[in-house]
Amino acid sequence: MLKIENLHARVEGKEILKGLSLTVNAGEVHAIMGPNGAGKSTLGNVLSGRDGYEVTAGTVTYNGVDLLALAPEERAAAGVFLAFQYPVEIPGVNNTYFLRAALNAQRKSRGEKELDSMQFLKLVREKLKVMQISDELLHRAVNEGFSGGEKKRNEIFQMAVLEPQLAILDETDSGLDIDALKHVADGVNALRSPDRAFLMITHYQRLLDYVVPDVVHVLAGGRIVETGDKSLALKLEAHGYAGLAERQPARASA
Amino acid sequence: MSEPALLPLVASLVDTPLPVSGIAWLDAMRRDNREVFVAGGLPLARVEAWKYTALRGLARRPFVDGDAAALTRAVDLSALALPGVDGARLVFVNGAFRADLSALGALPAGLTLQPLSQALHADPDPLRFVLSRRHYEADEAFTQINAAHARDGAVLRVADGVKIDAPLHLVFLGAPAEGDLAWHLRNVIELGEGAALTLVEHHLASGEQAHLSTVVGDIELREGAHLHHTVLQQAANGASLIRRTGLRLHARAHATLHLAELGGALVRHDLRAELIGDGAQLETRGVFMPHGRQHVDTQLAIRHQALNTASSSTWRGVASDRARGVFRGAIVVAPGADGSDASLSNKNLLLSGSAEIDTKPELEIYADEVKAAHGATVGQLDERSLFYLRSRGIPLAEARALLTAAFCRTVLDDLPNAALREHLSSLLIDQLPA
Repeated sequence: MLKIENLHARVEGKEILKGLSLTVNAGEVHAIMGPNGAGKSTLGNVLSGRDGYEVTAGTVTYNGVDLLALAPEERAAAGVFLAFQYPVEIPGVNNTYFLRAALNAQRKSRGEKELDSMQFLKLVREKLKVMQISDELLHRAVNEGFSGGEKKRNEIFQMAVLEPQLAILDETDSGLDIDALKHVADGVNALRSPDRAFLMITHYQRLLDYVVPDVVHVLAGGRIVETGDKSLALKLEAHGYAGLAERQPARASA
Repeated sequence: MSEPALLPLVASLVDTPLPVSGIAWLDAMRRDNREVFVAGGLPLARVEAWKYTALRGLARRPFVDGDAAALTRAVDLSALALPGVDGARLVFVNGAFRADLSALGALPAGLTLQPLSQALHADPDPLRFVLSRRHYEADEAFTQINAAHARDGAVLRVADGVKIDAPLHLVFLGAPAEGDLAWHLRNVIELGEGAALTLVEHHLASGEQAHLSTVVGDIELREGAHLHHTVLQQAANGASLIRRTGLRLHARAHATLHLAELGGALVRHDLRAELIGDGAQLETRGVFMPHGRQHVDTQLAIRHQALNTASSSTWRGVASDRARGVFRGAIVVAPGADGSDASLSNKNLLLSGSAEIDTKPELEIYADEVKAAHGATVGQLDERSLFYLRSRGIPLAEARALLTAAFCRTVLDDLPNAALREHLSSLLIDQLPA
């Protein structure tokens, strides 16, 4: 589904990603772990098309298409979703209105029929139930006045409604207490499917206790330096990230 | 010190005979204001209050006083209607009262609504005090012009304790004429003790023209009176509209104003509120959205003069193309106005590199235990918000429109009339560049 080869990217003239390679297949959950400054968030931002991230070398192929050539909204319509590390508050834009505008924009771009407000409401109610989110959040402006936990759950709720093929979760676990973390994990687990892949970017291992990954990568110094199964995460938890940046890049997992 | 009287605007005003009412004090007041204006001339940029609004272009143009054909100008009555506004209506076309377009039948008991010309004819004395105010300041030239030349306007009174449910509608329409006209309207509004009123003031045009109009209004809210006042300004794209509104709030009076400045070529509004009674409260919510080459200037001045008074002001400006917006928000908490609470926020968006907004918040506090907050910003749409919307699949242009509309609509949040609020909201969105 997603094939990243030798990706180099710069932010404000500074090279952050230095030859990152990674392959994610449909149905898989990949965790990307690494110390601060390793390039974890840069990877999420490059994949979702944020301005200010300059790709200097390498390719990203998503379902056979050059992902880097697409505008952010085209990537979304193609099924790529980024759960933000810091979801943005947008006063004056109602959460429900926003989500329907997003879903219909995606459907329109895919040549699908747009949902009317009744159909949309029905969909939202189903997803609310799965996500165990109070519908009070829907009536508020996007993320405005939400607690940290509410913001992260709102990201997962949006993901549930938009039903992406590739979901990138950028430090979705950061700043959450254990209950909120469990809610977020439940939401992610409910969305796991053979057609959908997840890329979970995280600093800590604890999210992986609840969302068990198929593959764990260690990102350090702008490259994947080690790839393994879930036991790698436990090893990192025990020994820390120290010394990783000096290791040779591992072969990308296939 | 004075502008040479040769400027065409000044010359056309001075050459115009003053209206003669036969009411001695009124005619004397008109002559007095004419003299003050002739001596002082137009305010130039060196007058601080007019620093950002240059009058050179306007001053070079002559105007014909009034519209001889005002009573016969064809006006589409349905174009005057506003959703959610179904009360009595007073209509002026090119400065003249139009009984045929107004709806003044079966007014509720305790409500007086009539054109100033009729009110003066019937009984001028109750208007003597308010119409005899003198405006000697250098920044008051248009108020002087208005005082000298205004022949009509709205006189609106609500008696003590009377609550009027249906929103009243004041319509000031500019219609195309054979040349550029000038007219002047004077409104006098008073709510008695404990009275309540919802008022909608609508400035609009029935076609393209470049007239000049001045509108001066005094609004007096007696103890415990309650006013919801919405102003929708949709003057013609070529029109110049200069307004001054004076608002006086007695003890525990409460006024909520919503203003949408959407039209006009040169638009200036001086909104001066005085909270003169203990516990008076004022909210102002305004949005100005100049586009093209429009120039829209709002000068808001709020004076807290009594104990425990409160004012809250939220203003948004959005300028596109080569347009210019000006906002000054001045709050004074006078000595003795202890326990007052004043807040003012003015945020502005520039949608083009050639647009400009000048904003100037001012706060002067001379009392104790005062809460005051004010702030002003000018900027572009937040890149993070734009990216967030796009990352969810909303195309860039739509994301921009969504954020800009949300930015302006904030000022309508507490407008209680839902039908009117929706209408204004859609007008704001229509005003945005495609």
